[in-house]
Amino acid sequence: MSDVGSGVANVPARVALSQPGAAAVVRLAAPWFALAVAFAILPAIFTSGSALTMLNLMGIMIVFALSYNMLLGETGLLSFGHAVYYGLGGFLVVHAMNTVIHDRLSVPLPVIPLVGGFSGLLFGIIFGSVSTRRAGTAFAMISLGLGELVASSSLILRGFFGGEEGVSTNRTKLLHMFGLNFGPQIQVYYLIAGWCLLSMVAMYALTRTPFGRMCNAVRENPERAQFVGYNPRTVRFIAFSLAGLFAGIAGGLAAINFELVNSSEVGAGQSGLVLLAAYIGGIGSFIGPVIGAVLVTWLEVMLSDVTDVWQLYFGLLFIGMVMFAPNGIAGLMMMHAPLWQARAYGSMLRLALTYLVALGPALVLLAGLILVIEMTYHLSVKASEGTAISVFHVALDAASVIPWVAAAILTFGGFWLFRLTWPVVGAAWHEAFAQAHGTGIAK
Amino acid sequence: MTAPAIELTDLHKNFGATRIIRGVSLRVPAGERHAIIGPNGAGKSTLFNLISGRLTPTSGAVQLNGENVTGLPPHQINRRGVARSFQVTNIFPRLSVWENVRCAVLWSLGYKYAFWRGIEGLADVRERTEIILQAIDLIDRRSVQAGVLAYAEQRALEIGITIAGGAGIILLDEPSAGMSVAEAARAVALIRKVSEGRTLIMIEHDMGVVFDLADRISVLVYGQIIASDVPARIKRDSAVQTAYLGTAA
Amino acid sequence: MLELVTISTLNGVLYGMLLFLMASGLTLIFSMMGVLNFAHASFYMLGAFFGFQIGQILGFWPAFIVAPVLVGGIGALVERYGLRNVHRHGPVAELLFTFGLAFVIEEIVQMIWGKGPADYRVPASLDFSAFTAFSTNYPAYKMFELLTAIAIFAVLLAVLTRTRVGLIIQASLTHSHMVAMLGHNVPRVFMLVFGVGTGLAAVAGVIAGPALVTQSNMAGLLGPILFVVVVVGGLGSLAGAFLASLLIGLVQTFAVSINLSVADVLGGIGVAPPVGGPLFDLWNVTVAQIAPIIPYLLLVLILIFRPTGLLGTREH
Repeated sequence: MSDVGSGVANVPARVALSQPGAAAVVRLAAPWFALAVAFAILPAIFTSGSALTMLNLMGIMIVFALSYNMLLGETGLLSFGHAVYYGLGGFLVVHAMNTVIHDRLSVPLPVIPLVGGFSGLLFGIIFGSVSTRRAGTAFAMISLGLGELVASSSLILRGFFGGEEGVSTNRTKLLHMFGLNFGPQIQVYYLIAGWCLLSMVAMYALTRTPFGRMCNAVRENPERAQFVGYNPRTVRFIAFSLAGLFAGIAGGLAAINFELVNSSEVGAGQSGLVLLAAYIGGIGSFIGPVIGAVLVTWLEVMLSDVTDVWQLYFGLLFIGMVMFAPNGIAGLMMMHAPLWQARAYGSMLRLALTYLVALGPALVLLAGLILVIEMTYHLSVKASEGTAISVFHVALDAASVIPWVAAAILTFGGFWLFRLTWPVVGAAWHEAFAQAHGTGIAK
Repeated sequence: MTAPAIELTDLHKNFGATRIIRGVSLRVPAGERHAIIGPNGAGKSTLFNLISGRLTPTSGAVQLNGENVTGLPPHQINRRGVARSFQVTNIFPRLSVWENVRCAVLWSLGYKYAFWRGIEGLADVRERTEIILQAIDLIDRRSVQAGVLAYAEQRALEIGITIAGGAGIILLDEPSAGMSVAEAARAVALIRKVSEGRTLIMIEHDMGVVFDLADRISVLVYGQIIASDVPARIKRDSAVQTAYLGTAA
Repeated sequence: MLELVTISTLNGVLYGMLLFLMASGLTLIFSMMGVLNFAHASFYMLGAFFGFQIGQILGFWPAFIVAPVLVGGIGALVERYGLRNVHRHGPVAELLFTFGLAFVIEEIVQMIWGKGPADYRVPASLDFSAFTAFSTNYPAYKMFELLTAIAIFAVLLAVLTRTRVGLIIQASLTHSHMVAMLGHNVPRVFMLVFGVGTGLAAVAGVIAGPALVTQSNMAGLLGPILFVVVVVGGLGSLAGAFLASLLIGLVQTFAVSINLSVADVLGGIGVAPPVGGPLFDLWNVTVAQIAPIIPYLLLVLILIFRPTGLLGTREH
C-alpha cells in the first residue's frame, strides 16, 4: 500500500509496539475490579432495608442513564423519548417471566434481563430506522412524538400494557438455582449489581471501538464524518439501537425489582428523569451519568420525604445547571483536573477555601428561596390544611407577614453577599491556574 | 487508454433562478496536479461541492475513474477514493489531534462500523495515524484539542484528515488561505509530497503556489471555464489576463 | 351525516386555527433564533390560567387583553435573562433550557392552582348559540374563537409585510448578522419576537381555556402535538405549519366522531377475529379510540415518505 508520498520521515520506534503489554491490561482492568469489589461490599456498609432499596434504584438508574448518554453525550442525539425502550423492556420481561412461571420453563431469574436487552434492541431497531432519518432538533421532536405514541397506545393495547394497574409478576417463582429464590432484597441487589457492572463494562468498551470513536466524530461534525467515508445516519442508527438495548436491560431490572410494570414507565416523565440524571451528572464524560444517576435517585428519595414540591426543586436545579454548569457535575470536577495534574495543592487549597466562603451566602440565598416556595405552596394549594408550616424545623405561619419579610431578606441579602464573593473566587481561580501553567504542565 | 480520474460533462448548478455553474466540462487525467483559479464568486467551491457530492448537479454528469457518480452522497463518493479539504476549516473541534486523524483512517482500513473490536489494539490504525501526524508535523501536538490549535496548525490538520484515508483523488480548497509566506511554503512542500502519484485538484488564489505546483490550470469565471492549459500558456492568455490575472507588470 | 361533516369541519378548522396560533409563534422563534421553544405550550397554559385568574377579578374581556400581554412580558424577560445567557452554550443547551422551563412552569402552576381543573367559564356575553346547523346549536363562543384567530393572523400578516418592524423581522429570519450590521438592534428584535410568539400562545390559551379544560396538564397534552405539527409541516416553514395545523385539526376532529372499528371493516369482508393477545385489543379498537395518537402516526408516515416535512427545506 503506497503511503504518504515517497519521502516520508522514518517511523519512530514506538510504533513498532503493536500489542498492549500485560502492565497496560492490568491498568485497564483495575478500576473495574475495584468497582466490582465496591459493589460487593456496599450492602455491608449500608445495611438498612431502605438503603438497600435505594441502592437497587441507583443500580437500575446507572444503566439507564449510561444508555441515554450513548445517545446524547457520545453521538449528540437529544432524545425526549428514551423511556420507551426502558419501559418496553420491562413489559417484555414481566410477560416473559409470567410465561416462564406459567409454563414451568427451566429459566433462572439472573438470565431474564437478557429479554429486556433483546426487547430494547428490537424496538430500538424498529423505531430507530424511522427516528434517525433526522438529527438535531427534529430528532428530539420525533423522539417526543414516538414516546407519546407508545405511551398513548397503552390505553388501546390493554392486554399487553395491563391497563391502568399494569402487569405484575413474581420473581420468586422462577427456577431456583444454588438455593436462591430472589425473594430477599439482598439477593435482588446482587443481581442488579452484577448486571449493572456488566452493562457498564460493555458500554465503556463500546466507546473504545472504531464505532464508538465515529459516534464522537458524528457528534462533532457530521459533515466531516461523511467526507472521511462514514454515513452519519448509519452511525446514529446503530448507536440508537444499542442504546435501546441497554435501556431495555435497565427496564428489565426494574421489572424484576418492583415485580410490576405500568405504562408510566414508557412515559414522558420517565424520559425526562433520565435526561435530568444524565445531564446533571455531566454528559461530556463516561462517569458523568453515573454520578447523575446516583445523585438524582438519592434526591428523589430524600426530597420527596421532606417536601411535596420536590419536583419543582429538581426543575430549578436542572435549569441552574443548564445555565451555569452545562457540563454537569463531572464537568465541574474536570475543570479542576489541570490543577490536580500540576500538583498545585497549595493553590487548590486556597481555591477550596474561597469556595467555602462563597458557600455561606449561597446557602442563605437558597434558604430564602426555599422559604418562598414552601410558603407559596402552603398558601395556595394546601391552604385547606392551614397555613402553619415547618421549614428547617422552624414553625411558621405562611399567612403572616414576618416570614415573608424574612424570606425577602434572606433571598436578596443572600444574593447580594453571594455576588460579592464572586471576584474573590475568580481571583483565586486565576491565581491557581497561573501557577499550574507556570509549572508547565497545563498546555 | 485508462479513464481520467475526474471527468465533468456539461455540469450545471442552479440555486433557484441563479445559475452558478453554467456548463463546465473538464477532464483531469490520473496523477495530474490541476489548479482551478478564478475571481471570487466564480463558483470554484460550488464546483468542488458538485464533485464531492455535497451538492447535486442540476444537470450534467460527474465521473470518477470512468464511473458515473452523479448525485451520490458524500460518503459514497469518498469511499470511491475522493477526499477533500474545506475552505473554512472543517475538523472535529473537541477531539484531540490524534483522534481527528484516526477517525479519518478508519474506513479506508476496512473497520467500518465495528463495535466489537477495541480500537487501541489495532496496530495498523495506530501506525497510519502516526505516519500522517509526522507528515503534517503535528506529532508533538497529538493530545491537544483540535479546536484550540493555531490557525495554520488547524489548516495542516485539515490537510492531514483529507489525506489520511489514502484517497487517490485529492481536492484541496484554498489550502494556503490565511497563511504567512513561510507557512504557505511549508504547506506547498507538504502538498507536493502527499500528492505524489495521486490526482490533485486545488483551488487557490496564491499564484505563486499555483504556478509552483500545477501541471495544468483551469480558469473559472462566472461558472464557466474560459481556459484550461499548462501554466505557461495560461499566463499569456489574454482572456485570462482580462478576467483575472491582469497584464504583466 | 351532512350535519356531522359540517360541525366536524367547523370544529376541525377551529382546532387547526388554535394549533396554528401556537405553531406560528413557535416557527417564528425557531426560524429567527434557531431554538425550538419547548416551553411554548407552557405559555399557552399560563395564558389560560392568567386569563382565568384575572377574569375572576376584572372579568373576561379585560383579562382577554391583560393576560396575553402579561405572559408575553414574561416571555420577553425569559429571553432576555435566561435564553440569551444560555445561547453561548450551544443549541442543545438552549433546547434543554426551554425543556427545564416547561417543567418548572408546570410545577409552579400545579403549586399555585393545584392539579384539578380550574372553573374557567365562557363569559355570559358569549354564552349563546350562534346558529343552528341542522339540529345542532353551534355555540357563539366557538365563532368568537375562530374570528379572533383569523383577526390575529390578519394583523400579523399586515405587520410582517407592511411595517418597518415587520420587514426587519423578516430579514432577521434568514440574515440576522446582516441585519445587525445594518444597525438594527437584533437582540431587541429577538426579545420582541420571543415575547410576541409567547403572547400569541397565551392568546390561544385565553380563548381556548373556557372551551377546553384549563388544567395543569394542558401543556403536557398539547405540547407534543404542537411539535408534531411543526415537524410534519417542515421545521421553519410558516406555510407548512399552517397546512399541518389544519390537517391535524381536521383529521383528529373527524376521527373522534368515527366509531368504526377494525372489526367492522375486516369483519365486514369476512376476516375472522383473533382469539387473544394484543391482536385482540387491536381488533376491537375504533377510530375514535386512536384519535389521540393520529398526529403521531402522521409523524411516522411523514418521516418515512417525506422526512423534511410537507414544505420543509432540505437540511444538509
